[in-house]
Amino acid sequence: MNALLEFAISFAQFCFVLAMLFAAFRLLRGPGAQDRVLALDTFYVNGMLTLLMLGIRSATTVYFDIALLIALFGFVGSVALAKFLLRGEVIEP
Amino acid sequence: MTLETLPAWAVLPAAVLLILGGLFTVVGSLGLARLGTFFQRMHGPSMGNTLGTGCVLIASVLVSTALANRPVVHELLITVFIVTTAPMSAMLLMRAAVHRSNARQPPKTD
Repeated sequence: MNALLEFAISFAQFCFVLAMLFAAFRLLRGPGAQDRVLALDTFYVNGMLTLLMLGIRSATTVYFDIALLIALFGFVGSVALAKFLLRGEVIEP
Repeated sequence: MTLETLPAWAVLPAAVLLILGGLFTVVGSLGLARLGTFFQRMHGPSMGNTLGTGCVLIASVLVSTALANRPVVHELLITVFIVTTAPMSAMLLMRAAVHRSNARQPPKTD
């Protein structure tokens, strides 16, 4: 049973790293600023998932807190960048 | 209980969900890298990655529950957060992209 879970975790980690490579490609290449923001959004979600895979593999709950923090601050960053692209200012007077 | 002695009712669904989640995520990010325009590229991460995240976090809930011998559902917090915030950030980015494309080519007013 354990070999199956090991294989699944390794496969999922490989997939997430591949997805991070795709997101990095779009982040470096993307023609518009909105493409780069979207790529950054994808990148942090994939990084969070890679961290969760480490958490499942090592059977500790420390990684969960870090993943929750990455999700929170990544969302705040994406919304701030989108607001900046939309209005030219993040916090309006 | 360690990872080696997990029961089958936790290992089998967790493995299937992990493999499905990895495939969904890689397909979503492949869409981000391959599709033509920004409004097409929007769809990949906002749907594929959200679905993959949901699958992986349900697998994580299963493994944690089996490891602790009691229901452990705190991973659902990340699921709820991602599922509620991914459409919001996608909608904001889409509005920003519409705004920028209109600013570049102003619509004809006649």
